[in-house]
Amino acid sequence: MSSIIEIENISKQFIIGHESAERYTTLRDEISKRAKKVFSFSNQESGKKHQSSKEIFFALKNINFSVEQGDRLGIIGRNGAGKSTLLKILSRITEPSSGRIKIRGRVASLLEVGTGFHPELSGRENIFLNGAILGMTRSEIRRKFDEIVAFADIEKFLDTPVKRYSSGMYVRLAFAVAAYLEPEILIVDEVLAVGDVEFQKKCIGKMEDVSRNEGRTVLFVSHNMEALSRLCKSALLLEKGEMLSFSDTDSIISQYLLSRKNNREYSRNGTNEIQVRDISIKNKDESRSDTIVTFENCTMEMRCICHVDKVSNVSFAICLNNVQGHRITSLWTAYKAKTFNITKGEFAIMFKIENLKLLPGDYEIITYIESNGKEIERIDNYDRLFVKYTNNFGCTVEPNASQGTYIEDYLVSINKM
Amino acid sequence: MPYELIIEAGAAEKNYWKDLWRYRELFYILSWRDLKVRYKQTVIGAAWSIVRPILTTIIFTFIFSRVAKLPASGSAPYALMVFVGMLPWQFFANSLSEASMSLIGNSNLITKVYFPRMIIPASSVITSLVDLAISLVILVAMFFIYRYVPAITIILLPLFILIAFVAAFGVGLYITALNVKYRDFRYIIPFIIQFGLYITPVGFSSSVIPAKWRLVYALNPMVGVVDGFRWCILGDSLNIPSFLISIVISFLFLWLGIWYFRKTEKSFADNI
Repeated sequence: MSSIIEIENISKQFIIGHESAERYTTLRDEISKRAKKVFSFSNQESGKKHQSSKEIFFALKNINFSVEQGDRLGIIGRNGAGKSTLLKILSRITEPSSGRIKIRGRVASLLEVGTGFHPELSGRENIFLNGAILGMTRSEIRRKFDEIVAFADIEKFLDTPVKRYSSGMYVRLAFAVAAYLEPEILIVDEVLAVGDVEFQKKCIGKMEDVSRNEGRTVLFVSHNMEALSRLCKSALLLEKGEMLSFSDTDSIISQYLLSRKNNREYSRNGTNEIQVRDISIKNKDESRSDTIVTFENCTMEMRCICHVDKVSNVSFAICLNNVQGHRITSLWTAYKAKTFNITKGEFAIMFKIENLKLLPGDYEIITYIESNGKEIERIDNYDRLFVKYTNNFGCTVEPNASQGTYIEDYLVSINKM
Repeated sequence: MPYELIIEAGAAEKNYWKDLWRYRELFYILSWRDLKVRYKQTVIGAAWSIVRPILTTIIFTFIFSRVAKLPASGSAPYALMVFVGMLPWQFFANSLSEASMSLIGNSNLITKVYFPRMIIPASSVITSLVDLAISLVILVAMFFIYRYVPAITIILLPLFILIAFVAAFGVGLYITALNVKYRDFRYIIPFIIQFGLYITPVGFSSSVIPAKWRLVYALNPMVGVVDGFRWCILGDSLNIPSFLISIVISFLFLWLGIWYFRKTEKSFADNI
């Protein structure tokens, strides 16, 4: 049985200097370049030499893999690892520089939510427009129209121009159209990052259904490890345009999280009798992630190793700085009057946070270990942590740093006087 | 398996035309969107497509007939002759300016979805075709005003519109592709259009061109198109050799436009 997608030796390269200095050529430059060429009479040989002296940047380098029908494949990697380029090549938006891809089936790609939505047109009109852009026929859209509207939950606003939609409605509508696509292969990029949590779940559920029940193949790029591990059976890890590994999703995710950590540049200060090996952050549902959610519970597990026989009265801390570098909070065992006598070997310190009160945003993790007031190890900028605002309330606003440094949990009611 | 696709570097698309056919729905929808947005956004948009040809006709009639005292081509009033010439010219000029900006205006689509890129400039030419249809309504009104009965050959008008379409689409494609490649090309387009207006027999009849230059003059594809419109609507005499040259040039441009567009199409997403 041959695979539904076969990718052989795909590379995509850009010539730096040309590409980054000016995104496009101008006629003026072209004319002056040609004029120079005529006068200098440079031959082919030297022209080539000149070209190779320019730096060549590989967005993708010798990518090889194949996907079977009905597979749900996750593509993981840092920004700039080549994920989007790979998806763009697969969806024929751009061509590879070399290599060959064989695809058996129709491809629909969702690289952006609401591609081609026109703000002046109504929701109804945009469903048809977006559907056609994603490759549906009008009769197909008409057939699924009611389901799409119900999925997006926008019946009342069907004839309102989408420029008046709230961003939530906009995303829901855009997704609903995509969810009812019926291609053999569905390519999804990052788009889930924008919807609210409930809706994201609905979408992932829908994609899962489609793949399981109808044998569709899904290629999914995301930074959301939870979504990836839920949806995808297997995954591949890209780094700097190269494919590092291809395996089951969970092992790829841990490899990715580990490689991110290893690639961080930090230095260990202190005497280092005890060292931090790993910090794993788990969501309320115990899945490992680098993103935690406001007003939910989470766990931070700090795995350490002790190199000496015995250290007494040891306390541990995980500190968080915001992007401005201000210390936001410190989880220090000493604040709970917990110090430990540590013996040689590995151990883990657990910090259970209930009802997280951090503002949504991006934080820097600092680890700190001390014994009897003496610094054993301090690591600045150990890792990053992302906090997302809860969607339990379905609000359209989010707390941010202009309104405080943390978010208190409170109940709201009204009493008639 | 019903559908198999091979993606390779530099491989010319074998089923390009089949693909274009598969994406015809998108073509309808994009044309429909362009029209809808255009006439929704501005009431003036619709009014503009009526006012502009009428004003130009009045001015040209005054300058070329009263001031320059050029003769009309046939029995029709000068203003009518100018207007009939204005029909394909306006269509051509609109198509060119709309098509040339269309890809850049739709860059969000081009970088996010695959479809044969030719659909986008094609749909802007179609939008201009609707403007032409509006102008045809004005033409009928002018027939009443001047109490003029058009020639019977007017039934062949769709054929001549098709020729105008070929000329506009061909040149339009070529310019569109150039416009993506060279971003300063767009400054040249208004110049081409303005210049074109004076080397095309819009404000005057091509019969004022000396006979020995007629064939050279016909190298401008719009010469044949305008002459054809006048022959077909007003029953003016048609210089067959000159007309044929223009037609050949139009198709040559169509071929060149498609060839160049397809050649550069692959890199649009990287360049835009």
